[in-house]
Amino acid sequence: MTVLVRARDVRRDYPLERDAVHALRGVSLEIVKGEYLAIVGPSGCGKSSLLNLLGAIDAPTSGTVEIEGRNVGTLGDREVTEFRLKHIGFVFQRFYLLPILTARENVELPMAEAGVPPAERRRRSAELLRYVDLGDRARHRPSQLSGGEQQRVAIARALANRPSLLLADEPTGELDARTGQEIISLFGRLNDDGTTVVVVTHDESLARAARRVVHMRDGEIVQDGVPHG
Amino acid sequence: MRLLLALASLRRNRARTLLAVLGVAIAAAMLLDMVMLSTGMRESFRQLLLSRGFQMRLTPRGTLPFDTEASIAGATAITDGLRARPEIDLVSPVLGASVHVLRGDSSITTFAVGVDPSAQGDYQLASGRDATAPNSFVANDDFLRATNAKIGDTLRIAAGFDPQLRTHSGERALVLAGRARFLYLAAGQLAIAIPLRTLQEMTGAAREDRVSLFMVRLRDPGRIPDVKRWMRSALPAMDVISTADAMARVDERLSYFRQLSAILGAVSLIVGFLLVTTLVTVSVNERVGEIVVMRAIGVSRAHVVQQIVLEGTAMSVTGALLGTGLGLVTARYLNAILSRFPGLPAAIDFFLFQPRAAWTAIGLLTACGVLAGLYPAWRAASLPLARTLREEAVA
Repeated sequence: MTVLVRARDVRRDYPLERDAVHALRGVSLEIVKGEYLAIVGPSGCGKSSLLNLLGAIDAPTSGTVEIEGRNVGTLGDREVTEFRLKHIGFVFQRFYLLPILTARENVELPMAEAGVPPAERRRRSAELLRYVDLGDRARHRPSQLSGGEQQRVAIARALANRPSLLLADEPTGELDARTGQEIISLFGRLNDDGTTVVVVTHDESLARAARRVVHMRDGEIVQDGVPHG
Repeated sequence: MRLLLALASLRRNRARTLLAVLGVAIAAAMLLDMVMLSTGMRESFRQLLLSRGFQMRLTPRGTLPFDTEASIAGATAITDGLRARPEIDLVSPVLGASVHVLRGDSSITTFAVGVDPSAQGDYQLASGRDATAPNSFVANDDFLRATNAKIGDTLRIAAGFDPQLRTHSGERALVLAGRARFLYLAAGQLAIAIPLRTLQEMTGAAREDRVSLFMVRLRDPGRIPDVKRWMRSALPAMDVISTADAMARVDERLSYFRQLSAILGAVSLIVGFLLVTTLVTVSVNERVGEIVVMRAIGVSRAHVVQQIVLEGTAMSVTGALLGTGLGLVTARYLNAILSRFPGLPAAIDFFLFQPRAAWTAIGLLTACGVLAGLYPAWRAASLPLARTLREEAVA
């Protein structure tokens, strides 16, 4: 089994005026390729802080985060941005699609940034939209799509550059139960097809769908194992 | 993709973008007009002075052409002496005087220039014939309107008037030979041109063999300094004014216009800059979440900056292009008003269109658009990703 992500004794402090918030207190974690991992825990336990570090959009106060063998904390802004573009896919709770672009253009955006030729972009975006069952909504803008459909477009966007790691922060948080279930199924399908998936969630059904669940409390991992139930 | 994103962002709030573009267009129009005003009048005056190829003027010492009644004696000898110089191509002696067109009990006063029609540089013949015959003259449209005269008509014209006795002197019957456009006269000024000898005879002994100025054309303009030196030593009773000298005097008199236009131009540029900066900043603040997510999914800082700068530039360029058209229209209107400025030749343009002026205005505003986008772009691209995402999620 190949280790895709290795976090070693990671701490993340957010300085305040006189004190600091210790969001992560020495977290160590390994994620192997093809894993489907859910990070759960109460609000403020450090789930999203950990996800930001795993996605290289934040740097640890101490400790190291290696993704595909690279210590992302040592990369400069340009390198780490390119690393995110090519190796990591993000799905956010609030979808964050660009409202001025169509579904297809939103999916094409990371590919355009990566320098993929227009014809290839169009082909790949059509393929991804079909994969998330939105082949017929390619020309629709986010405002013309339901919440579930927007989240599926956001997932297609996250997969655009064939990332080795897909990170999702509360991906069902803004969706009703039925639509949330569709997204959970989609993540399962993605993982079955070989994508490494890490989700941060409060949603028990989403956590149950994962193959491994990490429980956090007060900035520490308190339990790491297979889901119950 | 970046251009598509920039244009799409501008289209997102069409009314606001339209208002911003209109604001920039007004600033651009004012800037263009001010650039045209600062250089146009000077250039127009230079073109006017050189329009007939005469590079030098000789006037009675201490005067400008037709500034006073002063005149130069011994005009024939001076003309012959000047024409004998190999560097000199053409000499045009000119006498200026007020004359009166007699109409029964009344008269119409007009300005007259006495010229040598074969060498004159004061007017362009528009129709009819030139005033080559001793008893002929040409007149401008204002004169024709005021007198209802037509080409071929004979008019009684007197050079002198005694207000106490209410009698005219130096009266002649002259035939209107042609219609002419006078180059150096103010708008609405009545003017005629009469052969020099005829006007000298009409004005009597006081103006016998006298002229108001000489206009001189050199074969080689590079010889102006040499000829000027010779003239100053050979003709000490006269001022020698080259086109460069005249332009220096014009510059002196127009410094007010230049300062005014520089200040107003700078103000319009600053207004355009602030307008675009404000609009781009507001637009960026509205979509902080989107920008941070773009950065999170791998869009580089440079590309975010480029996209936002493109938005400012697109607004500025569109506004500048619209403003160029608007500026040309307003310049034409303002020029028509200012052309009636007393004492200035009607042929002078205050707002002379020069492609360089338009390019300057467009270039300055485009540069402003780029600079205006830089600050909000830099701010947006420098946002800390994790913290901003958290704040956006909480919001």
